[in-house]
Formats: sequence, C-alpha cells, structure tokens
Amino acid sequence: MKREIPLIITFVAGVAFVLQYFIPHYPFNRFENLFSDWFSIVGAFAIWLGALSLIKLCLLNISKKAHDWPISLLIIVCFLAIVVAGAIDGFNGLKNVPTTSFRDPGTNFDWLYQNVYTPLSATMFAILAFFVASASYRAFRARNTAATLLLLSAFFVMIGRVPIGDYLSAWLPPSWQLSQWANWLMAFPNTAGQRAVMIGIALGTVSTSLRIILGIERAHLEG
Amino acid sequence: MKKFLPWIILVALIIVVALLPKPLEISPTVSVIVTVLLGLALTGVLVMTMRGHLIGRRTVFLFIGASLTLPFFMNFQMPIKVAPEVQELYDAIAKLPPGSKVLAAFDYDPPSAPELQPQAEAFMAYAFKHDLKVIIMGLWPQGPQQADMAIQKVLQQPAIRAKNIKYGVDYVNLGFQSGNEFVIQRMGSSFRGMFPRDIYNTDCDKIPILNGVDNFSNIDFVFNLSSGYPGTVEWVQIAVDRYGVKLGAGNTAVQAPSVYPYLSSHKLTGLAGGMSGAWQFEQATGEPGVASTYVLPQTFSHMVVIGFIIIGNVALFVGYRKSRQEGV
Repeated sequence: MKREIPLIITFVAGVAFVLQYFIPHYPFNRFENLFSDWFSIVGAFAIWLGALSLIKLCLLNISKKAHDWPISLLIIVCFLAIVVAGAIDGFNGLKNVPTTSFRDPGTNFDWLYQNVYTPLSATMFAILAFFVASASYRAFRARNTAATLLLLSAFFVMIGRVPIGDYLSAWLPPSWQLSQWANWLMAFPNTAGQRAVMIGIALGTVSTSLRIILGIERAHLEG
Repeated sequence: MKKFLPWIILVALIIVVALLPKPLEISPTVSVIVTVLLGLALTGVLVMTMRGHLIGRRTVFLFIGASLTLPFFMNFQMPIKVAPEVQELYDAIAKLPPGSKVLAAFDYDPPSAPELQPQAEAFMAYAFKHDLKVIIMGLWPQGPQQADMAIQKVLQQPAIRAKNIKYGVDYVNLGFQSGNEFVIQRMGSSFRGMFPRDIYNTDCDKIPILNGVDNFSNIDFVFNLSSGYPGTVEWVQIAVDRYGVKLGAGNTAVQAPSVYPYLSSHKLTGLAGGMSGAWQFEQATGEPGVASTYVLPQTFSHMVVIGFIIIGNVALFVGYRKSRQEGV
C-alpha cells in the first residue's frame, strides 16, 4: 500500500488537472480553484521548509565544525537579523492607524533590504560581467563552422544592441545598420531556435507527465 | 608591505572617489582621450598576442573594470533608435485611455534590479502621469518591495507629486503570493481567491481601485517585469493563452531571447529586453532615468568584450601557425 496509495493520488490528481483544463465547466472548474489554493498553501509551507532546512544544515555545519563553518554561522545571524527586524516592524505596523507594512520606507527591514541585501545581491550578479568577458575571450573562437557562426552572431548582437552599433554604421542605409542586423538575428534565427527548444521541452514534459500519471515512471516515489 | 599594496591602493581609490565633488563629469574632450587610451591599450594587448605573449584573465578583468567604471563619468551623447519590440510595448501602453486598470507583476529580485528597476520606474512614472490605475503584485517575494522602491522614487517627481497620487485610488500593492503559475491561474477566475487582502492587510473589498476587479476580464493590460521562473513565460502560457489578457513585458537580457517566439506569435505585446531595452523604453515613454546613464558603461564593456573575442581568435590563429611551423 506504501506505493499504491501515492500512485492512486498521482493518477487522480493528474487526470483531474487535465480534465479541468479542457472542460472549464462544473464540477471540473471547481477543481481548478481548489488545486490552485492547495498549491499556494503547499508553496507557502515549502518556503518555511526551505528556510528551516537551511538553518538545520547550517547548525549541523557549526556543531561539526565543518569546512567554512563560520559562513554557516553568518547565514544564521543574517537570517535571524532580517526575520527579527521584519517581525518587529510588522507588529509595530499593526498598531498604526492605518496599518503599515514591515516593507514601508523607514522601517528597519527596509533599511536592511535597501542597504545590505540589494547592494550585496547586485554585487554578486555584477561579478558575472567579469567572468562572461573572460569566458568570451577563451570560448568564442572560430575553431569550426558552427563556432564561427556563433561567434559572428555574438558579435552582431553585442554591437547591435548598444548605441555605438548604429553610430559606427550610420553611413549605411537604415535597414543595413548594425541594430537591424541584431534585430534580425533575434527575431528569426533566435526565434526559430527557441521554438525548437520549446517544442522539444513541451513534448518531453507531456510524455514524462503521462508516464508519471499512468504510474510507469515511479522515480518520484523513491527516496 | 608589498602584500598590502593592492589593499592600500584600493582604500586610497575609495577615499579619492568619496572626496570627489559630485556629480563628477569629465568633459567630452577628456572622454574622447580616455576612450582612445582604452582603445590603444587594447591594441597593445592585440600586438602582444600576435607576438605570442598570451594575456591572463586578470588583464581581462582589469579592462572590464575600467570599461564599466570610467564611462560613468564621461559625457557622450549616443544615438537613440528604439527597437520594434520596445516601440510595440510603448504603443500598447500609450493606447490605454486614462482610468485603465493595469496589472503590474513584479517578478524579480535585487540582482536583476539594474536592468529591470529602470523599466519599473519609467512605467510607474508614465502610468501616474497618464492616469492609469496600477495594481501591483509579485510572484517573487522581493517583487512588491521593488515596486515600492520604484513608486517612492517616481513620487518625488514634481509633475507626479502635483497629481496627488493616492494609495488605494491610483495604485495598490497586493504583495507576494506563493504558488507560481497557479496564482495566475486562480486570478483568472477570482483575484480575491489569491489576494483577499493587500500588502497592508486591508480587505480588498474596501480598496476603491479594486472595485469591479474580479478577474482578468476587468484588467486592460498586464505589464510583467521578469527575470526568470515564474515570469513572462508563465504569464503568456496562462494569462494570455487561457484568459486572453493583453501582456507586455520587461525582461533581463538573459531571459529576453527565450520569449521572442511569443512576440512573433503576438502572444506578447512588446518587450523591453535588458539594459538597452530599459534605455529604449525610457526614451519611448519620455521618462529618462538611470538606464540612460548605465547604457554607456554597457556600450564600453561590449566593445571591450568584442575586442577580447578578436584577440582570442588572433591567439588561436597564432597558435595554429606556430604548431604548423613546428610540424614543418
């Protein structure tokens, strides 16, 4: 029964999902609302689950004095700092008339968000620019025809997507300027490639979903 | 002493930058000189490579650092050409009559803010100036906070302040809701099913802007700012495909190529992609903001990357020639 019950639940839920999509009438339309509500509730619990498992992992690292355990300590301190700041601001906001949110300008949470979280996140993302440049230098090489095509596409998109592209090609007719080359590459070869990927993924998703609904694929029941 | 030299230089640089008069802007002549020097340095690297001296990644980092920071102080006027997809986005928003209800979905977080926040600010400023009623929500937890930041900024503009924009009447922030695409699906039948209260815990029935808003059929346009999952793809697949919503989007440069198929199939009414899209959107809406400043460093960095791609290929051919000569 350990395997049969989850398989029955998967089958019923999967079939109900398919039916509610294609038959938007009573009682199937009720399924849609019901499942959406359930999914949101499960999603909200998943956020807590993620946060708690992060804390658990960090506490384990600290207790075992694992490699880089001070970073785990830092994660816990930062996590608690922002949770406590948000909770205090939230409870204080409830006393105000009209009520204010912990996210409002001037709150401790907002200060942490704007002055710590935002710059740190942006910095992490900005570092990518350096690695992308270094990777382009080493990887974009005309070793064969396919690599040369990729290289030329990258060249035209990179130069055509910034204003200097049109500045350098201003002497050409408007339809031949570099921005038009970039637009063409994005609108046609890129769209064609993306479509192929999308259709491939969709077909793969449908076949995998059918296998799961019909109980042929059972990997999700393991572990 | 040698060990601490880079740190001393870094601290000295920070002090110098902090003490500089603001806003610092170098003249067009000096800007041209700096650009030429940067170009000459790149040419020097090219010549070194042709002679068989390959450069390390630190040199690439140095050039990228210089090309990203120096243009912030430069004074160059760049030609503006709005891409068709950005123009389409602007046209769709411009066609909305005053009082139209626009759902703004903020599905991104601070790492993507340099690309998407300028679009958010330009959109909010345009919406407030043209009396569009904005309903904000987020499928990402940080999205509504990014919306608040954009609103606080545009409310400082004298033209918008004069309009006496009111929360609950001209805009509302419904906050974040977990559930990804299922949130969109549920909103198709009932907004209040997913958002019974706004971000301030006020009952949605008591918010004037939400009077008569039950589902997507009461929304005139959806503007989605997205940097991944859940985002524009999910909005197209559910809100557009199932409920016939009119959707325009602002995406990060990384995500934008993946939504181009929806543009040509007219599922997506316009797209502003990346920093250049943000800059063009600012120009189209007539709301110049930070993207107009950021586009110059982006231009320089693109040119430097292109320069290094050329240098990398020169290194490849030099290597081929050397191995052929050794083979002979």
